[in-house]
This record gives sequence, C-alpha cells and structure tokens, in this order.
Amino acid sequence: MEKTGIRLTTPLTLEQIAPLRAGDKVLINGIIYVARDAAHKRMVETLDRGEPLPFDPAGQVIYYMGPTPAKPGRPIGAAGPTTSYRMDAYAPRLMAAGIKGMIGKGERSPEVIEAMKRYQCVYFAATGGAGALISRCIVAARVIAYEDLGPEAVQELTVVDFPAIVINDIYGGDAYAAEREKYRKLLQKA
Amino acid sequence: MKEIAFQDIVQTVKRLCIEANYFLGEDVVQALQKAREQEISPLGREILDQLLENAAIARQEEAPICQDTGLTVVFAEVGQDVHIVGGAFEDAINEGVRQGYTEGYLRKSMVYPPFGSRKNTRDNTPAVIHVRLVPGNQLKLTVLPKGGGSENMSFLSMMAPAAGRQGIVDFVVASVEKAGANPCPPIIVGVGIGGSADKAMELAKHALLRPVGQHHPEPEVADLERELLERINRTGIGPQGLGGSTTALAVHIETYPCHLASMPVAVNIQCHAARHKEAIL
Repeated sequence: MEKTGIRLTTPLTLEQIAPLRAGDKVLINGIIYVARDAAHKRMVETLDRGEPLPFDPAGQVIYYMGPTPAKPGRPIGAAGPTTSYRMDAYAPRLMAAGIKGMIGKGERSPEVIEAMKRYQCVYFAATGGAGALISRCIVAARVIAYEDLGPEAVQELTVVDFPAIVINDIYGGDAYAAEREKYRKLLQKA
Repeated sequence: MKEIAFQDIVQTVKRLCIEANYFLGEDVVQALQKAREQEISPLGREILDQLLENAAIARQEEAPICQDTGLTVVFAEVGQDVHIVGGAFEDAINEGVRQGYTEGYLRKSMVYPPFGSRKNTRDNTPAVIHVRLVPGNQLKLTVLPKGGGSENMSFLSMMAPAAGRQGIVDFVVASVEKAGANPCPPIIVGVGIGGSADKAMELAKHALLRPVGQHHPEPEVADLERELLERINRTGIGPQGLGGSTTALAVHIETYPCHLASMPVAVNIQCHAARHKEAIL
C-alpha cells in the first residue's frame, strides 16, 4: 500500500508542528521513544526527584507501545499503539519537560488537550491493532532504560515513514470529535 | 471413561495460544472485507485496508497480529466422562500458556499484585479459565487472547426490569460511544443479558466466541442484535474512531434466566483482531 502524508523528522521543532492540523496524515522519521504505563509512572517520579529522564526529552516523540519479543533476525515484534488515556495523568508533566509529540490511539482528556496547546505538543494516532504492519517501518530498536519492566521498558526506535494521523494539533483541534460528528450527522440523516 | 493426558492439554493450549495470535479467523477477515466494500469514509476504507494487510502479513510471517497478545482467556468444556491424568487441569492450561507465549514470541502482559508493585509474571500466566462440565467424553478447549485496551471498555448495568428492551439498546449504544476509539474499532460487541452480575459478564465474553455475524438462534434475540448493530453503526465512530459507517462488525448476545427483581446487562468489547481458536480432545 502506498503511504502518503507530511514527512516529519525528529526531534520535532515548532516549525514542523505549527502547520499541522487535526486530521492531517504524517510520516514520522528518525528516533522515537517507547514508553507506556509503568515507564510513565517512573519517569514522572524521576522528574519529581529532580533527576534527568533516561533520554533528553527536548523535541522528542513518545510512542505508547509495548512490543512482542522480536523473532530472530528482526529488530522488533508486533508494535502497534496502546490506548493513550492511561498516560493522561503523566503526559502534561512530560510536555513541560520538552516532549513535542505523542503517538497512541484513542481520545485524550480535556486537561491533556489543554496542555498540548500550552506546551505546543501534537498527539498522533497510529492504527491500533496493526502491530505486524507497523513493525515494518521500525528499522532498529534497543532498550535504553527500565529493563526490569519487561515489555514496558523504555526503548529507542529508529523509524522510517511511520504512518500516523494528527488527532490533536497545537490549536485544540480534535480529529476524533470532528470526524465522528461529521459521520454521525451524515448517518442519522440517511 | 476417556483418559486425557496432562501433556496433551499442555501441547494443545500452547498451539492454540500461538495460532490464535498469528492467524485471524476467516470469519473476521470476511467481515472486514465486507465492511471495506460498504464503508462510506475514504479514511475508514484506508484503515480497513491496513487491517486486512496487517492480518495477511501476520499470517504470512507467522507473527502476532497485534502487540497486545492479551490476557489468555480459556474456555473449557469438560465432558463428565473425561478423566484427566498426569497432573492438575489448571496446571496443564497454565503450562500450555507459559510454553505458547514463550516459544511463540508473544508478549507477556500479566502483572501481580494488581496494585502496588505490579510485577510481570514473565510468562503470561495465570490464564483466566472458565470451565463447564458437560455430558460426553470430550474436552473442548478455546483460547481467546483478550487485549487490555478492549477489555478496559467493559460495562455492567444492573437494570430495573422496567427498563425493558429499550433500556438495553440505550445502555449498549452508550457503552460503545463511551468506548469510542479506545477498543480499536471496528469492534465485535459481546452482550450478556440475564443471570447475575458475574453470569452476565461471563455471557458477554462467551458471546465473542460465536463466528462473526452469526445470529442468536432465538428470533427475538437475533432482532435485538440487528437493531443494536444498526444503531451502533450510526454513531459515526467508524474504523479506529476516525469517523465512518463501520463501528462494529457484529453484535452477539447471549441470554440466561434471571431473578424477578433483576435485569443484568453486560457489555464486553472485542477489537477488530477478534482472535480465538479451539480444539477438541
């Protein structure tokens, strides 16, 4: 399948994310960092203690994901997004630390959407459940922190044309709400 | 009396764990293809194409469809003339899960205790096991790897009987709307009506085992399934919650008699990767 979208390269800059609008298709390139529930809890505890995160968060993108183990000869196993709302309690803190992008699936809380406007951070959705397909655009993966968390360890991924959709832009736009409302109206009329 | 060996159960469960995670059922693939033809949103069609391509890659590469290879739910129908020899039944199931998840490169997602330190058990055990004792001398085992994202979108309502059919419709549709994009639509909606609170939940999960789109044998229940599917697909949620006419592929209802004071209604949502595999020993 041909992939289309606005090409982004990490670390993200304001110049890259300012033109993005809810509903845009993007292709993400470069390094992204994997972290989910337990890793988020630990990263926020680290910030609370005044210590540095396992990676420099400036301009970086966090991918909410927990892969299956890599089969021999592969960089990673299935690698689709996990549901994002579970990270809502931690996300504003990481945005304040410099995070510019989050990749997951599902709606975010009003507080997180507000924080995205304040800290100028974009929320992207990848296709949930398409773990086998998505793994094809991950060319390298290595655990960089919290190895004891097993499938929840922090990983550094190198991605090439990772396909995602802008859900929340830095202006408060929300693709889920807008698209759902558009089709609901259309279908109620039919 | 038929003897079934501990090791046969281990090997069967192991195989089912791997096959369920690698090979999406033909019924689900066909339902996705049909949805692709009917979907009104261009982005929705693109997403359905991705899901079909994903299932094809997983099948071809013998790799998991989804990185969330689930909490392992095992349904066992044990014939009363079966004698399991060589060890305990639950140990056999858990050993099968342990071997399947390790050798099949599946993600181990179970943690204990459920609050506090939440340490990974490292082998995806224990499974959640539902056992029914049935007539005969066969053992039927069904493995349903259940993802956390969709399982978290489970709902129970202990309704007043006066709520009636309309109350059920309103509750199920509201549950799906609340779940939104979280459970990876298009979903299969399992609904359990009747019994007790726990029984209704079990019914809702059991409903996920039926081939996609096969209606309940009772016409009144089948009608309710059709109405619910239509209502759900008019919410506009669409594939991945990004808008469209395919929010659910099917609604499956299971029913049970209940107390005269009660009408429990449970919703258990399955994602588009509606995985399950069964075997008979």
